[in-house]
Amino acid sequence: MVKKIFLKLSVVFIISLAYIAPANAILTIDVTKGVKAAIPVAIVPFANQQGLPQALSDIISSNLRRSGRFEPMSPGDFLSVPTSIEQVQYKDWRLLKMNAIAIGDVKQVGTDSYDITFRLLDVFNESQLDAFSYTAVKSSLLRKVAHRISDRIYEKMTGIPGAFDTKIAYVKAAGSIGNKLYYLQIADADGFNEVNILESRMPIMSPAWGPRGEKLAYVSFEKRRSVIYQQDLRTGQRSVLSEYPRINAAPSWSPDGTKLAMSLSKDGNSEIYVKNIQSGQLTRITNDRAPDTSPAWSPDGRSLVFTSGRSGKPQVYKVNASGGQPQRITFKGTSNQRPSFSPDGQSLVLITDAGGGFKVAIYSMQTQSMKTLTNSSLDESPTFAPNGEMILYSTVKGGRNVLSAVSADASVQQVLRFGNESVKSPAWSPKL
Amino acid sequence: MQKQSIYKLGTVLVLSVFMAACAGKKSRESVQVGDVGNYSTTTEDSSQSGSSMNETIVGGVTDGSLMGTAVDGGPAGIDGSDPLGKRTIFFDYNSATLTSEGNQIAQAHGQYLASNPQYSIMLEGHADERGTAEYNLALAEERAKIVEQIFATYGVNSSRIQIVSYGEERPVAIGHDEAAYGLNRRVEMIYQ
Repeated sequence: MVKKIFLKLSVVFIISLAYIAPANAILTIDVTKGVKAAIPVAIVPFANQQGLPQALSDIISSNLRRSGRFEPMSPGDFLSVPTSIEQVQYKDWRLLKMNAIAIGDVKQVGTDSYDITFRLLDVFNESQLDAFSYTAVKSSLLRKVAHRISDRIYEKMTGIPGAFDTKIAYVKAAGSIGNKLYYLQIADADGFNEVNILESRMPIMSPAWGPRGEKLAYVSFEKRRSVIYQQDLRTGQRSVLSEYPRINAAPSWSPDGTKLAMSLSKDGNSEIYVKNIQSGQLTRITNDRAPDTSPAWSPDGRSLVFTSGRSGKPQVYKVNASGGQPQRITFKGTSNQRPSFSPDGQSLVLITDAGGGFKVAIYSMQTQSMKTLTNSSLDESPTFAPNGEMILYSTVKGGRNVLSAVSADASVQQVLRFGNESVKSPAWSPKL
Repeated sequence: MQKQSIYKLGTVLVLSVFMAACAGKKSRESVQVGDVGNYSTTTEDSSQSGSSMNETIVGGVTDGSLMGTAVDGGPAGIDGSDPLGKRTIFFDYNSATLTSEGNQIAQAHGQYLASNPQYSIMLEGHADERGTAEYNLALAEERAKIVEQIFATYGVNSSRIQIVSYGEERPVAIGHDEAAYGLNRRVEMIYQ
């Protein structure tokens, strides 16, 4: 009986999901490789969630599944659908071999205002692992609540903070050669809520998030040359950050947001500079005849890693953020480029070419060893999730630039498809 | 011979139409700024156009000799093998060194510029998609700079030379193979 009702409910969910799909599903995600040791959990449909534009439990399940660390059970296999602690039959969930279940309810408390409560329950110990409520939530923020809940579940179960309530920035190109349109866009980390930040007939490159996710720096060719802009994401207000002669590229905010590292070729060839935003003071960091570019800050703000061609091939170097003698970091492979630090500062993600094409790799600062994470050959722009668990990058698949994600341990891999458009230059936001 | 002239004429016609199309497009060029709150403004692009958008793909012609005459007022080559008629210099992978053919073309134009001071020139550096976009931007500029250096040996003042790098952002050939890459690793010379 209960099961039958549930089946009916799930039909309604499927229909409503299908209905919202054209408007919201900007991208679809194919998990191309998943882990075997994923944690079995059940995200039970929240009470009264069927009135919402999106089923919260579905958003949470798909978030957890995408991480590769969880295996959410299909609601069709549930033996019961509890929405309060009293209704939970732990025995049933043990039978289904679940480690934990999440339950919740939604209360409409006004026009476009909802209270949402959720609980995470340990099936073996029959105890509550977490409980949290969100009050007076507007429907436009319901997805955000689902991401926040996903983050809490992720952290409770793995000990690592989640990164679901984050955003990604990327550059989309549509149209054919000679008649292209470029879009700088941001979206939720699951690809929903896509928003246009900039639209141009000329290329856009290298978006870089401010340390609190409040702004983006990026390179735009709208003046038929590279210029670095910054744009406030709340007001839309933008201004020029760097417009020196020739190349203005590869912006990277210092962790405290007071400085911008970038590459400029105003003094002859591409070199690394650091600009103090407040004073406008520009400090030249590198001085070499070969190209230096792609600076990225260490989490403590004390050093920069960057790409340099000074050895004849592009390799990764490290330098004090106030200048000094750069020290070469990578030696193996034909080239190693575009390094950036993991959030804990222990490793770098970069693009390596050891003869088989350009692949995402992680370099451990401690063991000085490199681990290649992908099998593709045209990878670019790797960017860590703020919890260090996943890396988003661009690659070529089916003749098109697509975004792809791989876990830092290489066990989970997925492709994000944005319709037929070409997508490049991803940048994962900090924790919002 | 007859056939060749007709072909030339045809190409020039195609290019003129194409140029007109480009010119029409230019006035519509704009940048839109938006934000999370659906706020949006439009700023007109006031900058001048230096670039001819994609000359090498018109009719699949990749030989710069026929196109140069139509695209700008610079020198016209006698036929396809005349380096002065070419407007594009190609490079080897991950290299900003001139090939012997590239050197010939650069020298011919350096010489021409030296004796035709009424012209200035834009050098647009480009790269193929392999490697990272940021490094390719720097590499493509190195390519334009090597051409500038050849011009300098003929006494062409740097004030007459403008350099812009587009890196891998503006390929002329789509495709992810060497055929496309070879066409995309280039410096385009645009007489002004």
